[in-house]
Parts: sequence; structure tokens; C-alpha cells
Amino acid sequence: MPPAADAAAGAGAVAAAVADAHRREWAFVLAATVRVTRDIDLAEECVQEAFATALTDWRRTGVPARPGAWLTTAARRRALNVLRHSGVERRALPLLVEEETAPDPRDDGAHGYPDDRLRLVVTCCHPALDRPAQVALTLRLVCGLTTAEVARAFLVGEPTMAARLTRAKKKIAVARIPYRVPPPEELPARVDAVLTVVHLLFTTGHAAPAGEELVRRDLVERAVQLCRMLRGLLPRDPAVAGLLALLLLTDARRETRTGEDGRLLLLEEQDRSRWDRPAIAEGVALVREALRSRPPSRYALQAAIAAVHAEAPAWTDTDWAEIVALYGVLASVWPSPVVALNRAVAVGFASGPAAGLAALDALAAEPQLAGYGYLPAARADLLRRLGRDAEAREAYTEALLLTPNAVEREFLAGRLRALDGGPG
Amino acid sequence: MARYLILIYEDEARYATATPEVFGEITAEHDRFAAGVEQHGAKLLGGDALEPTATATSVRGTEVTDGPFAETKEALGGYYLLEAPDLDTALAVARTVPARFGGVEVRPVMTFD
Repeated sequence: MPPAADAAAGAGAVAAAVADAHRREWAFVLAATVRVTRDIDLAEECVQEAFATALTDWRRTGVPARPGAWLTTAARRRALNVLRHSGVERRALPLLVEEETAPDPRDDGAHGYPDDRLRLVVTCCHPALDRPAQVALTLRLVCGLTTAEVARAFLVGEPTMAARLTRAKKKIAVARIPYRVPPPEELPARVDAVLTVVHLLFTTGHAAPAGEELVRRDLVERAVQLCRMLRGLLPRDPAVAGLLALLLLTDARRETRTGEDGRLLLLEEQDRSRWDRPAIAEGVALVREALRSRPPSRYALQAAIAAVHAEAPAWTDTDWAEIVALYGVLASVWPSPVVALNRAVAVGFASGPAAGLAALDALAAEPQLAGYGYLPAARADLLRRLGRDAEAREAYTEALLLTPNAVEREFLAGRLRALDGGPG
Repeated sequence: MARYLILIYEDEARYATATPEVFGEITAEHDRFAAGVEQHGAKLLGGDALEPTATATSVRGTEVTDGPFAETKEALGGYYLLEAPDLDTALAVARTVPARFGGVEVRPVMTFD
């Protein structure tokens, strides 16, 4: 092969290696660099430059054995240069507050860097920041998405997202939100906030609230990846195991949730042979582990419900009694009208549509469910199965009014057409 | 170290109708609060209770009006000025501020250097 073609192939391999490192190592490199700069903006800038430098340097030197360590060294070196040459005058914001610990003696570059990702993620999800800011910061700083990508993920304009990120970073610096892992007694509450953000990312991606596609794959994959990172950082935390199980078991069905034509397929209609079996096996093992803690976390219980579905060879084999029981436990650790709604739907399968409807109608006055499209949709299905077509038609019409997602709307409209005697 | 102002917002009507016993309880709560600040690693630099908003006068430009700047159900009724190493410490202290008829807001004090 001529040398030119060789170099071109090398460029492709290097670009792939850099992209891979960006996905896997961004949080690690940024977190370790913030440690040096104590300034998030400067650290972001230096990490971005380190990745850019890798694109050219790695073509010359080959891809290093530990890309994360290489990138961290490059970003930290760049940061030290900037700090040495411009001192403090470039700094618009005060330095981050760090805990006062002796520098780690292994922290010399030769043995790698201590893992600061937990500090980074709990800082991004600090309760003094509002939820949209937590989500945006996590995607930008922990996942390394660009501001434009974060804006796209949440269907807002780039200037809006840039302003949201700037405001959040300014608050971290000015209000002195500390860049540190909280003490053990506060850690569970802070991890819970992180898990809420990860779960929100996943559900936003899994059932996109608006738009033409049911699933926004990028968000779902980022959420799973973040959760795997947390699992690595907190291997004994049952809530983390529970959430990872829930994400894996739910996402295992991703490919079968819509038909070839983009139509929504219910659990009942999905081709179970195409479910992701390795993901299900991993999820089920995690559920078993997560359920050992008392009381079990809400994620572990939700994952256990997903596991019952995942392990049923066919829709007709579903253990509905078990699912109703699990929703009952879930309602006791995490009381929520949405949980009660799902339990009512499960009752409709375990004990028949009349029992389901009775359970559902008990929720009709729940203020939190007002305007929630899944309530009339669930009601419509139970009425349809009871042969109460006129009422079912009314409920489907109401559900359509409350459902913005195009794929879900098409499903509801199809059910409505079928009731009118047309093709489903 | 940084300084934070803890602003206490409460429903004034509840104070207007409170019995002397309740006032006594609240005063004792504030004394206990002040005594406990240092165990969080923070220091109280000052603090006061304010007379009710019925005594407030607002001035905007040359216009003088009777009443508080903004009419709200929960009004600024007092403050503490705190020195703390970071927001988490300030929030830990803020959680112990007596404010049974409302809540508190924590604001970093601007520094010029």
C-alpha cells in the first residue's frame, strides 16, 4: 500500500480514537483539570484544546495506551501555562471552593490522576441550582456536549442554553458552591439529585415530549453512559444499581417500540425476540442486587417491574399479580399519582378491565394528573376492552388533546379510527 | 471566607396575632440559633429584626410612598449577616434560622477586589 493511503487510514483511526476518548474520558479529564484551574470555564477551554491537539499529535505518536491520562496531562499543562502567563486578570469569576486536603502523592501524572468525576457531577447537580440548570451543566460538563448539542437536546435555542449555562456557572463561583464530594451523611441526598437528573435525561430521550421521533437516541445513550459512570464511582450504592437496571431494562426494548413505519407498538405487540438479551441479563442481575437494600429505592422497584416484563417469554405470560404487588410497594416508598395510575393499569390486566377502571376512576380527582394525557389514554383502553365504545371514543379524544408527541398521537388516532369501524 | 446575607421572609399577619408566649418562644429560638452558628464553621457578623412593613416608606426617584417596596404575603422581617467558607456551610446555618411563618433566602455579599 502506498504511504499516502497509510497516513489517511491513520487519520481515520486517530479521529475515531479521539471521538471515543471524548465519549469515555471527557468527564475524567475535565474534573481533573478543574482541580488545577479552580475555574470551570478555563478548564473547559483547556480540555477542548487538549482534544484538538490529540487529533494532530496522535497521528504522529500513535494513540497513547491511556488516552485519558494523556489528555489530562495536556489539558493541565495548558492550564498551568495560561495561569502562569495571565495570572488572575483574565478571571471573570472567583475561584471554586475546594476542600482542603493534602495533594494526593500519586497525583504526579506518572500514576494517573485521582478520580474527581464525583465532585464534578455532584457540583453540577447541587440543590442550589434549578433542575434545568443541573441538567444542562451535567450534559455540558460531565458528558462534554457542546452548548449547541445541549440546546438541541432540550429543544431550546442556543443563546437561551448558553445563557442558562453561563448563569449556572456564575452562581457556582459567586455563591461559592463547593467543588467537593459532600460528607457521607449528605451524600445519599446529593446522589439522589444526580440520579434524578440522569433519569430525567433518559425519560426525555425515551419518550421525547414533543417532536416526530419517539426516542432521542443520543439522550438515552448519554443517560446510560452517565449511569454506568456513577456505578463505577459508587459501586455499593443500591439506588445507582437500581437506576442502571431500570435504564438497561427499559432501553432493551428500544428497537421494538416502533414499527417499520414509525408507528408506536405496545408491549403487547412487540417482537420479544428482538429485545436486547445481554442488556436484560445485566439489568436483572442489577435488580437482584438493588432489591437487597431496605427499603428498596424507587428505581430498584421500577426496575423490578421492568424485569418482570423483560423475563416474560410472551405478553400472555406476564405475571400481572407480581407487577401489581410491586407497584403497591413502589407507591409506599414513593407515593405518586403516576405510580397509582400505572398500578391501576396493571390491575386492569391482573383482575380484568372493570377492576382496572375502578382503580383508575379513584384517581380522577388527582390534581397532579389533570392534563396528563396517559390518564384518559389508560381509561380509553379499559373502556374499549369493556365494550363501552362511546365512552372510549370520548376518552381517546381527550387523550389526543393532551398528547404532543407525534408517534403517540398517531397511536391514539388509530385506536379512535378502529372504534369508528375504520382500519386500526 | 465569604459573607452571606440571610434574609428572613415571613407572614407578618402571623406575628400580629401571636401571643406573648409565642413571641417568647421565637426569641429563645433566635438565641439558640445564634449560639449554634459557630459549630457549623461559620460566624455571625450581625443581624436584626425589622419593624413590620406597615412602618415602611418607599422612595423611587423623588416619589415617596407609604409601604414596602413590593407587597408580598411573606415580607422581609429580619436578617443575619454571616461569614462562611462556602454555600454548603451557609445553607447548613440557614436551615437552623428560626422562620416558622415563612423561610429564608441566602445571598452572597458582593466582593470588590
